[in-house]
Amino acid sequence: MADEKLPHPADDEPAADAKPAGERLPQGRDVTEGPADEKVYPGHAAAGEPDALPVKHPTDSIDPLQAEAELDEVVAGGAVPTSVPAEQGMFGVHGSGDTSGMGGLVRRRPLPVPAERPYGSYFDETVDALAEAFPQFHEAIEMVNVDRDELTIYVRPRFIAEVCKTMRDDEALRYEFCSSVSGVDYLGERRRLHVTYHLLSMTYRRRVRLEVAVTTENPHVPTVTPVYPTADWQERETYDMFGVVFDGHPNLTRILMPDDWEGYPQRKDYPLGGVPVEYKGAEIPPPDERRAYK
Amino acid sequence: MSTTPNKDPYAATSRDTTEGKVYTVTGGDWDTIVGSDDPLHHEKLVINMGPQHPSTHGVLRLVLEMEGETVTDVRPVIGYLHTGIEKNMEYRTWTQGSTFVTRADYLSPIANETVYCLAVEKLLGIELPKRAELIRVIMLELNRIASHLVWFATTGMELGATTMMIIGFREREMVLEIFELVSGLRMNMAYVRPGGVAQDFTPEAVEAIREFLKVMPKRLKQYENLMNGQPILHERAKGVAYLDVSGALALGVTGPVLRSAGLPWDLRKTTPYLGYETYDFEVPTETTCDVFGRWMVRFHECWESLKIIEQALDRLEPGPVMVEDKKVAWPAQLAIGTDGMGNSLSHVAKIMGQSMEALIHHFKLVTEGFRVPAGQVYTAVESPRGEIGCHAVSDGGTRPYRVHVREPSFVNLQALPAISEGGLLADVVAGGASLDPVMGGVDR
Repeated sequence: MADEKLPHPADDEPAADAKPAGERLPQGRDVTEGPADEKVYPGHAAAGEPDALPVKHPTDSIDPLQAEAELDEVVAGGAVPTSVPAEQGMFGVHGSGDTSGMGGLVRRRPLPVPAERPYGSYFDETVDALAEAFPQFHEAIEMVNVDRDELTIYVRPRFIAEVCKTMRDDEALRYEFCSSVSGVDYLGERRRLHVTYHLLSMTYRRRVRLEVAVTTENPHVPTVTPVYPTADWQERETYDMFGVVFDGHPNLTRILMPDDWEGYPQRKDYPLGGVPVEYKGAEIPPPDERRAYK
Repeated sequence: MSTTPNKDPYAATSRDTTEGKVYTVTGGDWDTIVGSDDPLHHEKLVINMGPQHPSTHGVLRLVLEMEGETVTDVRPVIGYLHTGIEKNMEYRTWTQGSTFVTRADYLSPIANETVYCLAVEKLLGIELPKRAELIRVIMLELNRIASHLVWFATTGMELGATTMMIIGFREREMVLEIFELVSGLRMNMAYVRPGGVAQDFTPEAVEAIREFLKVMPKRLKQYENLMNGQPILHERAKGVAYLDVSGALALGVTGPVLRSAGLPWDLRKTTPYLGYETYDFEVPTETTCDVFGRWMVRFHECWESLKIIEQALDRLEPGPVMVEDKKVAWPAQLAIGTDGMGNSLSHVAKIMGQSMEALIHHFKLVTEGFRVPAGQVYTAVESPRGEIGCHAVSDGGTRPYRVHVREPSFVNLQALPAISEGGLLADVVAGGASLDPVMGGVDR
């Protein structure tokens, strides 16, 4: 066992200071470790991280608002992603075996940064109009990012449906068309599951991207289908592929994968799969197991 | 099942379930199948159509709830052709991504490749050479005609015009031959690459396109004479599968279906890319909101595409078809040899025989690819079916971090219940066809 605080249920081997059998819980957990242990579940990634939240349990009964409030404390300051882990090496080789000298290379994914006024183009106008039309603007908007001539507004998950409604209805905004809803999994971030909404204003010929971020433990986002009925299938696909739960969606079921599929294939920790292929006597491993540039 | 030797092996069978009687029907006359049954038993009938059905344009499954001949509830079931294109792309280089997106909507591969490459180019912040831009426009419009021809052919057949099926595919063959001449492949060409296109037009290709421009107007007139005034088509298509502008916008429907409702929303005009603002062409619209309107819109779009191709051909001037940056331009000169498309012999001779640096460079670009600065972009182009979008995310590496393709087929298909509920069963076929869903694009 790497982590002494986490007795694995299967770890039945009596240690030197083994307690009498009566003091142990049926699944082998030591009662003397105290109530703090209540919130830690073996096998959940959050347990080992020093900055991890006490995870209750990934069930639907969790109160999304409260969980989000807890989360907000952790990511105080607001900019959506707060940190990402560094990647090491270049060729996907870990431990020994990398003779290229690139093993010590450390790369960190750059984070989006808040844009500074003036944003340029129509972006100031859009953000100002939203601030004026949406009373809880400062509470709802986490960050405004302008990159490559595109405007991204990071919204707190619980406000997304209302923000979309304002974006659609306000006369100065008029984003009446929802082009696309999809997800991105930024593995390594605390709130790793992002949902992006690409809105289009046919009146003003403008585009904007709304983005929300949630954790895998509490992947709840209000649905925008009452505002944009076109989001129906696209939210289903995002649920299917990333496991984001859209609260209030009329029929949130899997859409591309079979109904009884387990796991969320587009998540970054979901393997690609595949079988090794033999070609002229040599065996080629499946794509995600090949040596590759990182 | 009885064991009588001369019993028809394909005859309908039936069994009783708790939900009612279930018939397995593979053909024949409906009346003879249920004629002997008590009509009170099947006031409400649930029909499963597909996923293997000739009029669903691929592996689309429809669960239809019927009252008599009237459809009361339609539930499309998709996913049968899901191949994980988006997931697969995350394990390949940016250039190889072209090979994957082209397989999504297999009737408009150039549109898929173009929208993806525009996204990569936007992430890279590079600008295309003029000739590559023109070649893309020509290929896009040829592809639009080919895609519409398949639509005329299949929809014509579904509405009872088998001749249309034959001649539609005949003319589409001409476009595919041009594609083969240009890229070496008829479909799934991966011809558009980040930074430009895979290879230049040959003089023969330009000649073939010129020839196509001469032949096609005659053929389009043939279609006009054959179909547009035909009473059967009018009966089957007029007033069927009604969808107005507000319905289309709410459901995210774009392309010819939206334009058949009267809104001239065409990304080539409204948010131009690849210099479309410099071409002289119209955006055809209809106001009938029905299948016939969609027929006419697609029909007129073919004429407009011919106009664009002609203008683009006239502008073609010799020049590079790939960005000059050798760190992006992948890999050197392709040519069509005896065994298909590959690197030209002169290039192979050079890297293998003369320049070690060229060999290293080639190796690095092919195996590692180029790095794309971190960030995310969304690009959109007008495919034959509507707005195809690409949301591409890079983490600064040599592979896409995430690519999502906003497929017009996928989004438009959502409108099928809205346009067919309350209508007749036969109109589900006409209405579904008028949306022009391509299941490769729907399921990706």
